[in-house]
Amino acid sequence: MQNGMREITYVDAGVEALREEMARDENTVYIGQGIGPRGGNFRQTRGLWQEFGDHRLRDTGICELGATGVAIGAAMAGSRVIVDEVFLDFILEAMTQVIQQAAKTHYSSNGKIKVPIVIRGAMGSVRSAGSHHSHAFYSWFAHTPGLKVVVPSCAADVKGLMKTAIRDDGPVMFIEHKALYNSKGEIPTHEYSIPFGEARICREGSDVTLVAVSKMVQVAMEAATALEKHGISVEVIDPRTIVPLDRAAIATSIRKTGRVAILDEAPAMCGFSGEIFALACEECFDDLDAPPLRICSLPAPNPFSPVLENQMIPTVERVVREIRHSLEA
Amino acid sequence: MMQAIGTVPDTAMLLDLYQCMLRLRDFEVKVQELYRSGKLPGFVHLYVGEEAVAAGVCAWLEPKDMVFSTHRGHGHALAKGVPGRDVMAELYGKVTGCSGGRGGSMHMYAPEYGFMGTNGIVGAGLPLATGAALSAQLRKSGQVSICFFGDGAVNSGSFHESVNLGTVWNLPVVYVCENNLFATEMAFSRATKNTSVASRAASYHLPGVEVDGNDVLAVYEAAGEAIARARNGGGPTLLECKTYRIVGHHEGDPGTDYRTREDLDSWKQRDPIKCFRQKMTSTERVSAEAFDDIVRETEEWLNDAVEFARNSPEPIAETVMDHVWAS
Repeated sequence: MQNGMREITYVDAGVEALREEMARDENTVYIGQGIGPRGGNFRQTRGLWQEFGDHRLRDTGICELGATGVAIGAAMAGSRVIVDEVFLDFILEAMTQVIQQAAKTHYSSNGKIKVPIVIRGAMGSVRSAGSHHSHAFYSWFAHTPGLKVVVPSCAADVKGLMKTAIRDDGPVMFIEHKALYNSKGEIPTHEYSIPFGEARICREGSDVTLVAVSKMVQVAMEAATALEKHGISVEVIDPRTIVPLDRAAIATSIRKTGRVAILDEAPAMCGFSGEIFALACEECFDDLDAPPLRICSLPAPNPFSPVLENQMIPTVERVVREIRHSLEA
Repeated sequence: MMQAIGTVPDTAMLLDLYQCMLRLRDFEVKVQELYRSGKLPGFVHLYVGEEAVAAGVCAWLEPKDMVFSTHRGHGHALAKGVPGRDVMAELYGKVTGCSGGRGGSMHMYAPEYGFMGTNGIVGAGLPLATGAALSAQLRKSGQVSICFFGDGAVNSGSFHESVNLGTVWNLPVVYVCENNLFATEMAFSRATKNTSVASRAASYHLPGVEVDGNDVLAVYEAAGEAIARARNGGGPTLLECKTYRIVGHHEGDPGTDYRTREDLDSWKQRDPIKCFRQKMTSTERVSAEAFDDIVRETEEWLNDAVEFARNSPEPIAETVMDHVWAS
């Protein structure tokens, strides 16, 4: 381990950020189902209720529409709020409040009403959770002006980006990945935050740029290691926030390698992968040696059977196969 | 001037209530005229006939208190103290409007007057007002949050989830249902078996009160108790004001396809402003001259608002992207 670093899980990194920010600003309140004494379904608020009490850790029943709307109203009235959907899938009950109220109120009020809210939820497939608990629809939010969208892939990013999200004066979608919560990573021992809109080069390479977020960064890194054995040098880049998007960092990498592949747990249609594809064409057209490549989940609801789901969501093997194929074509 | 709960309103208060109702009425009648002559873009839902509710409730509010309104919200904005100029200019889409022309009828915001928004989505204000009350409770600000909504909202999930949370957390919020008997064109009696909104309070264990929403003094009295309860830590109240809009759902809807002419006429007989004036003058609590003074003042006030709006500049096109982001 490097000097000044320590190991922590992805989920605990979030708890640390929350603890620090709730201690820093007593006007911060956390609302959600099971986030009180239980410490959250994913242990994502463990210990906070014991420290900050019932008043600031507002456990609710199962009522995402009400809880999310209440959180937005509290933010409009001057509090700083985190609302936890727990599973991002459940935000569907509350989408009208997210899109119609949280995203627009600052604009429609001519800048007079701020909505400092973090809307938190865990996305993605984990342990055959089935079609109601496995969505990766983070791109939907990026399509709505007024919402910032954060999709961290590692513990250090969770902590640094969560702190920035809480301090932001507008609505931020903070979308973690269920399957990453227990993963371990190194984070700085000192206090820090990470600005939005700054991509991270996870691994340098020269033959192809591989863009991925959230859990797909892990897949990308493993694929890059495997491809190295085939003589292919992969640069892995993680935008970390979809809105704002670090277009410059992505374009710089593509210009360097001349090729880009986008890896996405969501289907290809009208999503993040298409956005990066467009970016490559708009900004790097003359530098591209081949058309951009999209490696996405197949467009089906998440099946229960591990065999079927494994076929649907991009795997390391599939990434290796498709990148090799595109380079050798 | 604020009066003690349970006391009979003095003459000054009676005149204030009249002035408020009359401003709301005259404003909307003017909006109707302007809209029909093509002067205003967008869509408008007028508050004609329901003025006693906003007037009776808002008479008790302090500037710091917060009001969350509906698609039929011009009256709520005016009653909470947003200047007529700001509201009218917003309807014109002018830069001097309360939302700088970015909002329009259904997105009016004036937090500087405690007016937290009209809203284009039925029921959306319920959780927002509840949340604002949570914030007030956490900040110990002494603010009360008022949520206006119609009978159209009470069969939605928003109503159930919000009233439940507001009650279990004992929040300083008053849920004011303006039951005008129709959700757009759908009769309340066809939409639900239980047509008493106030009775639904029993399900959540909060006080439920029904009043004649066309009787401003009845609304005033009931709202005074509910607001005092909220302010003193007694939690929320569900206040059902039975009323009627004597215009269509939106301007352009004749409002007679789903209501009988007889019903409409009988409600016009119960016009809250005429009835109040009649009752006050016949009992000699207020003189006709005092009312007439207010009629004249209101006309001047309204002319000023329209002139201001008409003469205000349009927004600058290039500012379209301003305020998408707060930081």
